[in-house]
Amino acid sequence: MIHTYSKEQIFKLLSEIPDPEIPVINIIELGILQDVKFEGDLCKVIITPTYTGCPAMRVIEDDIRIKLKEIGIENVKVELVFSPAWTTDWISDEAKEKLRAYGIAPPDHSSFDKQVLLGKSRELKCPQCGSTKTEMISQFGSTACKALYRCLDCKEPFDYFKCL
Amino acid sequence: MNIQEAKFQYLLRLGDSSLIIGHRLSEWCGHGPILEEDIALINIALDFVGNATSLLAYAGQIEGKGRDEDALAYLRDEREFRNLLITEQPNGDFASTIARQFLFDTYMFFLYEDLKNSKDETVAAIAVKSHKEITYHLRHATEWMLRLGDGTTESHERLQSGLNDLWMFTSEMFDMDEVDAMLIKEGFAPDLNKVKTAWEKRVKEVIAEATLQIPTSTFKQKGSKEGKHTEYLGFLLAEMQYVHREYPGAKW
Repeated sequence: MIHTYSKEQIFKLLSEIPDPEIPVINIIELGILQDVKFEGDLCKVIITPTYTGCPAMRVIEDDIRIKLKEIGIENVKVELVFSPAWTTDWISDEAKEKLRAYGIAPPDHSSFDKQVLLGKSRELKCPQCGSTKTEMISQFGSTACKALYRCLDCKEPFDYFKCL
Repeated sequence: MNIQEAKFQYLLRLGDSSLIIGHRLSEWCGHGPILEEDIALINIALDFVGNATSLLAYAGQIEGKGRDEDALAYLRDEREFRNLLITEQPNGDFASTIARQFLFDTYMFFLYEDLKNSKDETVAAIAVKSHKEITYHLRHATEWMLRLGDGTTESHERLQSGLNDLWMFTSEMFDMDEVDAMLIKEGFAPDLNKVKTAWEKRVKEVIAEATLQIPTSTFKQKGSKEGKHTEYLGFLLAEMQYVHREYPGAKW
C-alpha cells in the first residue's frame, strides 16, 4: 500500500512523542527527529542520538513505530545517523523555556561553554528562584545529557542540560 | 590481508577497547566513593558502551557475514578480542581506576581528534560524536588526577601506585602494524606517532601538576593486537557474556 501522507503530516504526528526522560519536550523540539522519507510503502524515519549510549533512543524508536502504526503505517525503518552530530544548539528557544519551567536549567549556546573554558565565569540561573549564585556539584547527572548543580540562595539542587 | 579485513580488524580494536573499558567502569555501579561519583562513572561507562555499539555495528557491516554488534560483543572468545590491555585491567581502588581512565582517556581524546578527519564517512561521524563525550571524560579524569595527586599523603600514594602498575600497558597503544599501515595509506586511520607525541606531552603536564612522578619502569607489555590478553579478560567476558549465551536472543 502506498501512503498518501505528507512529510509535514508525519512530523506533526511524531511531534506527539515526548522525550522519555524529559516528558515536557517532544522529539522534534529536542532536535532528534531529522527527516522522514517514503520509499514505496516503506516509511524511513531518520533520527540522531543525543549521546551515543543514550538508552532513551531505543524507547524513542519503539514510540515512533507505535505512533505510525496508529495511522496504518507498519513498514517502518528507523535509521540512526551520527552526522551531523547532535548539538544542544538544536533545542528550540521555546523548548528551552519549557525545560526551565520543568526545573531543568536549559543549555547555553555551545559557544558559551567555550568561553567558560577560556576563563569566563558561568552565570547559570537557578530554574527555581532565578538566582545566579549557583555551583556545579558534578559534571554528570541523572542522565547522560545533564550535569548536577545547586543553588546557593534557595539551596535547591537542580539539573543543568549541559552543552554538547 | 585485504583492505576489508584490515578495516574490520581496526574497527574491532576501537570498538573492543571502548566495550571492555565501559564494562569495567560499569562494575563501579553501586560502589562509587560518593553518590555523585557513582553516577559520573556510570555515565561515562554508558558513553563507552554506546561508542562500542556504533563501532561494532559498523565492523559487522564491513565484515559482511551477518554478525551484528551483539554477536560481536557476546559471541566471541577471549583470543578474538582486540581491546588494548589497559582497558581490561581491574578497577583496583578508586585512585587506580582514575589512573587507568586518565591514561586511556587522554589517548582516546587525541586519537579521536584525528579520526574525525578519516576519509571514511561513518568513522568520521562516530568520531565527531564521541569526541564531544570524551572531552567530558578527560576533564573528569584530569580533575581527579589533580585532586588525588595533590591531595593527602594517602591519596597521592595510591594514585602513584596506580600509575606505576598501569604504565607498562601504555606503550602498546601506539604500536602500529600492517593493519595501521594499510589504513593510514587509505586515509582511514591516523598515524599513531602523532597521537603519541600529543599524549606524552599532556600526560607529563598533568602528572607534574598533580605533584606525581612519571613511572620509571621501562618494561612494556603488549599483545592485544594479536588477541593475547592478560588473565583478567576471560573473567570479565564470562560475566559480560553469560546472560546472552545462556538465553540466546533474550529480550527485555
